[in-house]
Amino acid sequence: MYLTQLSCVVVPPSLLKCVYTNDEGLWIRASADCNQAGFRVEVEPQARRFTMHSHQALQVPVSPLQTSRRSSVPQLTNSPTLIVMVGLPARGKTYISKKLTRYLNWIGFPTKVFNLGQYRRDAVQTYKNFEFFRQDNKEAMQIRKACASNALKDICIYFSKENGQVAVFDATNTTRERRVSIVSFAKEKGYKVFFVESICDDPDIIAQNITEVKVSSPDYVNCDKEEALADFLKRIECYKQTYVPLDDEKDRNLSYIKIFDVGSRYLVNRVQDHIQSRIVYYLMNIHVTPRSIYLTRHGESELNLLGRIGGDSGLSPRGHKYAASLGSFLKGQNIKDLKVWTSHMKRTIQTAEHLGVPYEQWKALNEIDAGVCEELTYEEIQEKHPEEFALRDQDKYRYRYPKGESYEDLVHRLEPVIMELERQENVLVVCHQAVMRCLLAYLLDKTSDELPYLKCPLHTVLRLTPVAYGCKMENIFLNVEAVNTHRERPVNVDVTRDPAEALKTIPDHF
Amino acid sequence: MMRGSSRSKSTQNLDRTVCMTNCPTLIVTVGLPARGKTYISKKLTRYLNWIGVPTREFNVGQYRRECVKIYKSFEFFRPDNEEGLKIRQQCASAALNDVRQYLADEGGQVAVFDATNTTRERRQTITAFAEQNGFKVFFVESVCEDPVVIAENIVQVKLGSPDYMNCNTEEAMEDFKKRIECYENSYETLDEVWDRHLSYIKIIDVGRRYLVNQVQDHIQSRIVYYLMNIHITPRSIYLCRHGESDLNVKGCIGGDSGLSPRGREFAKYLGKFIESQDISDLKVWTSQMKRTIQTAEAVSVPYEQWKALNEIDAGVCEEMMYEEIQQHYPLEFALRDQDKYRYRYPKGESYEDLVQRLEPVIMELERQENVLVICHQAVMRCLLAYFLDKTAEELPYLKCPLHTVLKLTPVAYGCKVESIFLNVDAVNTHRDRPENVNIHRTTEDALQTVPAHL
Repeated sequence: MYLTQLSCVVVPPSLLKCVYTNDEGLWIRASADCNQAGFRVEVEPQARRFTMHSHQALQVPVSPLQTSRRSSVPQLTNSPTLIVMVGLPARGKTYISKKLTRYLNWIGFPTKVFNLGQYRRDAVQTYKNFEFFRQDNKEAMQIRKACASNALKDICIYFSKENGQVAVFDATNTTRERRVSIVSFAKEKGYKVFFVESICDDPDIIAQNITEVKVSSPDYVNCDKEEALADFLKRIECYKQTYVPLDDEKDRNLSYIKIFDVGSRYLVNRVQDHIQSRIVYYLMNIHVTPRSIYLTRHGESELNLLGRIGGDSGLSPRGHKYAASLGSFLKGQNIKDLKVWTSHMKRTIQTAEHLGVPYEQWKALNEIDAGVCEELTYEEIQEKHPEEFALRDQDKYRYRYPKGESYEDLVHRLEPVIMELERQENVLVVCHQAVMRCLLAYLLDKTSDELPYLKCPLHTVLRLTPVAYGCKMENIFLNVEAVNTHRERPVNVDVTRDPAEALKTIPDHF
Repeated sequence: MMRGSSRSKSTQNLDRTVCMTNCPTLIVTVGLPARGKTYISKKLTRYLNWIGVPTREFNVGQYRRECVKIYKSFEFFRPDNEEGLKIRQQCASAALNDVRQYLADEGGQVAVFDATNTTRERRQTITAFAEQNGFKVFFVESVCEDPVVIAENIVQVKLGSPDYMNCNTEEAMEDFKKRIECYENSYETLDEVWDRHLSYIKIIDVGRRYLVNQVQDHIQSRIVYYLMNIHITPRSIYLCRHGESDLNVKGCIGGDSGLSPRGREFAKYLGKFIESQDISDLKVWTSQMKRTIQTAEAVSVPYEQWKALNEIDAGVCEEMMYEEIQQHYPLEFALRDQDKYRYRYPKGESYEDLVQRLEPVIMELERQENVLVICHQAVMRCLLAYFLDKTAEELPYLKCPLHTVLKLTPVAYGCKVESIFLNVDAVNTHRDRPENVNIHRTTEDALQTVPAHL
């Protein structure tokens, strides 16, 4: 149950169906039996007590699954999903696993990767050479089977005890025998299975993969590049002999996507549900072409100077200066085919105007809607809505401003932007503080706890370049001063705190 | 002048999130008769138009019917019928000509060329035509060998076709089957090797499997996603608004009030109605506003809340009566009447924004089977416009009265609509476009069409 506003609920358990909170306060559902009696519900959120009679109460979600995460998107999955990677080594399985996991976590589906190579490294402390992977190496086979078993056990724990919704089993899974055993394991436990097979025979791509991620792996820490490459290629040969790809006929009842040649072609079979459909859509939109994503906020705005949040003001003189510097900076970078995106708000548009290139406006990139707090200073929010201010500090990610939005809502609103960012190549996104935090969290795999506190100062460009399994980030301050708009989480987040404690971490303003 | 969407002069194409395509796209269907090509064409066209991409379908069968007034028999389609072939080729050319005009001169962005296109030769002609004109090509092939599905298709849409107006069911069935045979011998399916440079999706057995090749851009990616989410399993979609709310009674728009006594009555009746319908596996969706949630409560089925289903945000006009809007914002009020679809309330949303926000709901509605959506007036108008293929002009004036359930059942190429009033009175909240939309109009003219309230 989502009860951050409350510290205790006193309700006869037999009468209580569900408790739910939103910006209006408390919603309680009682069973029909207590209608005549009119029971009293006492709630003690820190220092406050509520009393309500049953006939005033209303309910929201019914199933425990729905109450556990009050998000802005319905929980459209029931059984956990096991994604099973399939493919020879150096086909991008781990790249896909990590990227997919990052995406699913960002959109709110708790997901975790289980990399079999990691289990093997933990079991066999030192890697000697490719001979470990020979088909006739009985001892190694035992170890590898045991590792797979352990990974599946951990997946079980992840689903049943750790609230996981999706697990990505990242291993070669190249034999039918292995896949059959995974499918029966899943069936037994009630998990849905979705296979992702990557097929590629382009020697250049494979060599590139090996150079980018294999040569530097712990397995090859004591080898030089040539040795590592040679050994790895022999490793691949070990798998090739027994590799049986997913078959059109024999595997027609399985749910899977086959990715050919890094995405030039896809075969999709039996998509069962919403999450598989989203996974397929995502996988069909990502690419590996080198490119950079530039993130920046609008130039300093008039309201920024006054320490006010939200609104739709224009740029301050320094903000205009920044925009001009941004233009020069971009010209200097000599970026091929740069796309520029802004929101529908004046300050981002004015910033883009200075760049002298066409730009596209996305309403989805508009700053978080602060509802009743729009255009207030933090001091005013403390004065007018002290409780809301505290509640926000308690759970900044899920907190929704009255008549406004939460960071969680923002993430959902930004999903199409992320999808299109994946499709594109070089892009500059001119946006806002909260929006930029969400995009950054996606690109750098930050949790929902870290997201609302990511540092995104004005007049700074972040350049993100995908590299190996992650993103290289360069932080470029364009040398035009601006106010600081970053407010850290104060120590005291209690609703009873003094104004001084609430306002401790507020940045300076005019 | 259009206010409410802060556009800048130096940018292009701003009401959509992103420029979907630079060059126009030609979608080309491929497949034997009765494989669902026209079904897919029409549905895809409807979806693309709804999300704001001007799309039109060009059905070659239609051109043929206009050319050869009377259809005699399948013999017309025999591969050795020289005269027949000549006419069919001319029809295809005429259709392509119209495609060119639509995409190059009339501002169309996507054209769906709906024909069998079963030979490589024909497809090469089309590809050359597209290249010549600077159009991107995307093929959509439907492959199906299930005789049950094919027979069902024939019954649903072929028997009622103008071609078979004067035949009985048996004759029509027989003839159509022979028609299919005429195509079978020369059918060259899109090939993994030969056609590896073409952009296409192959839909196998009504969506059990898909083969997707060389998706070039955003719009093709959206088309693929859409096609992979639709299905033809029979089902019904129930749309209704929340029960009458306290603010409804006062004549105020927006807000987040609870149900009035009559609204609660409606919710009860809704629960009973749903029970009586005996729907298998019904999903119930609401918004995150009190009035829809309270309505769903009475239905006694677990429900899911979508923030995306929240009513249109009226910004500065939230919780005002129309009289108050006229008093405080007469200019805005007039501008809204001038272009209700695109008009955005200051600090609020437009219908166009709503459509954008509802797209994931539509996508999930396509995936699902039986669903009851309890929503709001503007939201329901948007959803209805999608299902009934209404234009952006019609959409904001669709009639969605309180306490009425619309049951939509897909049938043939469209949607059957049943309107069920649950016999609980409610205020009318429908405001028609007044005659005078001029910004200098009198208060009386502005308030001419405001429905009665307390």
